[in-house]
Amino acid sequence: MTAPTLEVRNLQTYFFTRAGVVKAVDGVSFSVGRGKVMGLVGESGSGKTVTGFSIIGLVDPPGRIAGGSILFQGRDLAKLSEEEMRDLRGNRIAMIFQDPMMTLNPVLRIDTQMIETVKAHKKVSTEEARQRARDTLGMVGIPSPDERLKAYPHQFSGGMRQRVAIAIALLHEPQLIVADEPTTALDVTIQGQILAEVQKLCATTGTSMIWITHDLSVVAGLADDIAVMYAGRIVEKGAVSEVLDKPLHPYTHGLIGSVPSRNKRGEALRQIPGMTPSLLNLPLGCAFRARCPRASEACIAEPIMAEILPGREARCIHPHLDASEAA
Amino acid sequence: MNAAPMLELRDITRRFEKKLDFAGRIAQRLGAPVREEIVHAVDRVNLTVRKGEVVGLVGESGCGKSTLGRMVAGILPPTEGTILRDGTDIKALTGAEARQMKLRTQMIFQDPYASLNPRMRVQDIVGEAPRVHGLLEGAAFDDYVDEQMRRAGLDPGFKRRYPHQFSGGQRQRIGIARALAVRPDFIVCDEAVAALDVSIQAQILNLFMRLRKELDLTYLFISHDLGVVEHLSDRVVIMYLGRVVEEADTETVFRRPNHPYTRSLLDSVPRIENRKRAFSVVKGEIPSPLNPPAGCHFHPRCPLAMERCRVEVPKLREIAPGQRSACHLNDQ
Repeated sequence: MTAPTLEVRNLQTYFFTRAGVVKAVDGVSFSVGRGKVMGLVGESGSGKTVTGFSIIGLVDPPGRIAGGSILFQGRDLAKLSEEEMRDLRGNRIAMIFQDPMMTLNPVLRIDTQMIETVKAHKKVSTEEARQRARDTLGMVGIPSPDERLKAYPHQFSGGMRQRVAIAIALLHEPQLIVADEPTTALDVTIQGQILAEVQKLCATTGTSMIWITHDLSVVAGLADDIAVMYAGRIVEKGAVSEVLDKPLHPYTHGLIGSVPSRNKRGEALRQIPGMTPSLLNLPLGCAFRARCPRASEACIAEPIMAEILPGREARCIHPHLDASEAA
Repeated sequence: MNAAPMLELRDITRRFEKKLDFAGRIAQRLGAPVREEIVHAVDRVNLTVRKGEVVGLVGESGCGKSTLGRMVAGILPPTEGTILRDGTDIKALTGAEARQMKLRTQMIFQDPYASLNPRMRVQDIVGEAPRVHGLLEGAAFDDYVDEQMRRAGLDPGFKRRYPHQFSGGQRQRIGIARALAVRPDFIVCDEAVAALDVSIQAQILNLFMRLRKELDLTYLFISHDLGVVEHLSDRVVIMYLGRVVEEADTETVFRRPNHPYTRSLLDSVPRIENRKRAFSVVKGEIPSPLNPPAGCHFHPRCPLAMERCRVEVPKLREIAPGQRSACHLNDQ
């Protein structure tokens, strides 16, 4: 066993607002092995994006990393200076955003932006950098990359723009890519193309990936491991097939039950009652308590993340263990 | 069933034109290659919806599904074609009758943030239309609004609040209460659950199904999410670049899809049952509706395209009882 590419230990990212301290990420731990895809799943406000931003060092004030460590190839990213972080960011660690226009400058041609990125971390001639840019565009499946390099972002369709953003992330062959809902805004056929491309890349280059999404179906087909977040904490993690077939935590259970294709047509979906609590005002103990069908008096005590089955961790004192209850 | 269908669209077409401005006209005179831009958003679509049915309308961006929904809801007039409601051409109606007919079709929008007036209280959002249309007397107003809110799963105690004080799912419930307040029998849902989290989406879908039974509603459910459509619909219509490519009952579309586009669409959908498998890929992109390919719109991406597909537009015709498809391969 080699050391994992990334190991996050007890990460705490808090936002110090006037209304109080928002614990957006509160004690998150996970690791991603080389060439593995880890799916980070959760609903709005669960802290999945802030976790991604913490790893790549993009948390802006009033937010900051209040505790824990992010070990990337043995170095703690949480302790690096901005200078050292900039050296890694875009070079060894890259990010893909939901909206590719967040990555791309609308008034610069693609070649300008890509060559700039290459030269930011490597001492190469412009010609070599252009060569690298063109090869990478070809790698992510953009037809006639030579001509497309001369285009502006608005001349690309949404799917193609996302490919360009992925190509920019890949320019330096990073060891880790953090992808934040990169296919959510795309049409299904285009999403299928991008997912296929990503799968191929991870398999051939050994790049590790954190795939942040709310869509369980995408993670099911793409990821090796999955971590489910709720109200700033990971409530369950494990191998994808294990977690999705036999969820332990009642929240995961409910989430899977809410997916329409899992239900009989025309019948009522198994819904989770209520809604996500405000992070400013979390209930005492288990944050899911108020919506949980299995909650009891004991849930007022904060449950800890524990290995419930071999290789399966969940933060619950009433996990679904009975096979007959499987989703 | 001999009764006229609830809704019938006959050769409905909607074009959007961008006329040349003054400079453009001069440039054209001088021989510059500029011309008016015309988008055929919806191109001769025929569609029938029977009473009590849920029809799912599926397609990717730019396929014209929202434009079609807006025409059905009466927000957008069609360029050509007729819309029949219970056998009556809605263009032939005037005055009070036309208004009455319009009330009977209501629409629920995708973005509950954009479709509610932020400066109105919930009671006014829900109660305004019934009051304007004289559906209720002054004294009955409060009770009526309470009833509408309760039915959509909202606490009537919140009726003096403003939209920003609600979460996304609750806002969508306000939109539903508003649509149902004028007692429609036909609802057009345009991506009504697309912006919601999975667990909230399930709640709203359950609400749709409950209301359908309670109020005997008919839905045109527009969505890009095949999972949602499969769950909710009795019949599914697939559109691609302004045309209907396939139409059949839900079972048939998902078990025995005929059109190559339907098949590749189904293959592209990630499913929770599929683990760590290669995603199958439809080649190419959706062409611009400004300049759609000749013949069958799908031919540049179709793995089975023949010479004929590049020239001739395939007709939508019945290939099995209750299943219609627009593909030349069915002629062989």
